[in-house]
Amino acid sequence: MAIKVLLSEKKVNIILRRLCHQLIERHLDFSNVVLIGLQPRGTNLLKQLLILLKKEGLNSIKFGKLDTTFFRDDFRRNHQPLNARTTEMNETVEGKNVVLIDDVLFTGRSIRAALTAIDTYGRPKSIELLVLVDRRFSRHLPIQPDYLGAQIDALQGDKVKVVWSKSSQKSIVYLEKNNE
Amino acid sequence: MKKLSVAHLLGIKYLQLEDLHLIFETATHFKEVINRPIKKVPSLRDITVANLFYENSTRTKLSFELAEKRLSADVINFSANQSSVSKGETLVDTVNNILALKVDMIVIRHPNPGAAHFLSKQVDSCIINAGDGTHEHPSQALLDAYSLIERLGDLQGKRIAIVGDVLHSRVALSNIYALKMLGADVKVCAPKSLLPKHINSLGVTYSSDLMRVLNWCDAVNMLRVQNERMDLSYFPSDREYSQNFGLNYERLKKLRKEILVLHPGPINRGVEITSEVADSDQAIILDQVENGLAIRMAIIYLLGSQLNISE
Repeated sequence: MAIKVLLSEKKVNIILRRLCHQLIERHLDFSNVVLIGLQPRGTNLLKQLLILLKKEGLNSIKFGKLDTTFFRDDFRRNHQPLNARTTEMNETVEGKNVVLIDDVLFTGRSIRAALTAIDTYGRPKSIELLVLVDRRFSRHLPIQPDYLGAQIDALQGDKVKVVWSKSSQKSIVYLEKNNE
Repeated sequence: MKKLSVAHLLGIKYLQLEDLHLIFETATHFKEVINRPIKKVPSLRDITVANLFYENSTRTKLSFELAEKRLSADVINFSANQSSVSKGETLVDTVNNILALKVDMIVIRHPNPGAAHFLSKQVDSCIINAGDGTHEHPSQALLDAYSLIERLGDLQGKRIAIVGDVLHSRVALSNIYALKMLGADVKVCAPKSLLPKHINSLGVTYSSDLMRVLNWCDAVNMLRVQNERMDLSYFPSDREYSQNFGLNYERLKKLRKEILVLHPGPINRGVEITSEVADSDQAIILDQVENGLAIRMAIIYLLGSQLNISE
């Protein structure tokens, strides 16, 4: 299986810092903001952003982890069941500015599921989307990010993966070519 | 991705340990869902479930119906006493007529042991057993085991007592299967007249001394005396039963430790359990009801996910 690095460690770190500053630019003190990482991999990005935001003096940011399995539109369309992951939503989203966070934006279907799922916790004032990687020209739905790390081009069968290292310094984004 | 090893839920006997863990794990996610401001998910929006109740039921029927509705399934309810069953229609005919309405899943409670199993062989649909006579009541055993795990952690080596009308209890049989599979030590306590003949073959021990059993166990499941299934007298009087096998506050206070008290409901207050115990902090009866909803959502979700839309 051919593997190609799309974003190096250095590039990922620069992008994370930029995304962090864009969030601060838009939301300043984050008083009415809830950052929500989408399970399973968006929560890693959320964790990295929270570390960087803390370095900027923002210590009490409200956040949660949302699993969208029960809201997905491919239930009964897979030969395997969709297994859920943990949801940790201790913050109310009623009247809040919510930022959904995911690592790779592909078809947009997960984000649609998240938009429905978030409503079960209340009616947010607004919802924005932050992604590390946007796979261009592959959207099934009219969904676009408000904060974007990098745009990449990949064929339909290829996989774009983000490897999060424990120390945020060594995270990379790579492409796994489908050789079939 | 994990899936159940069965296409129907007919009894705990047919499940594997991995199935139990998958159901519990999924139920934990649904327990979070049913505590949200909006308690509904759209997963089963294109599935229709028929609830067939040939026997009276309050909590199981309500729990299944609510679980189906929380999953966005369409629900039709059928009670035998208000149907053509009284005109002589057979079970298979009734179910095939219901299936002709394009129903995807059947939840059935029936007074005859094996009814759900029989139906799964006769009709082309997913069957969930909600109690078949004195045989099995798998969803109740799953919610009991889940409630115990929630309080006691892993059940490996934990001591669980089942007290009361074991002979007529489908809850007892399903509980024994589930608890043994999870590694618990199970002891039954009942008048000899209310024990099945082959109780030893289930891998449980027996004692008729309630105080000794209570001192031994970490949790006790108090079964209801099933007067409606008793065709003859199994004990002299309710008073005598209560004196020997009833759980009251004095007995609980005399124990060297605090034990959990479960009851599948409906309670005969003053017979197998007093009001004081049923309403005490040690009783987790209402936890069982809440967990029952999450467990039934998990069962329907996992079985429903196997009804592939492309087939």
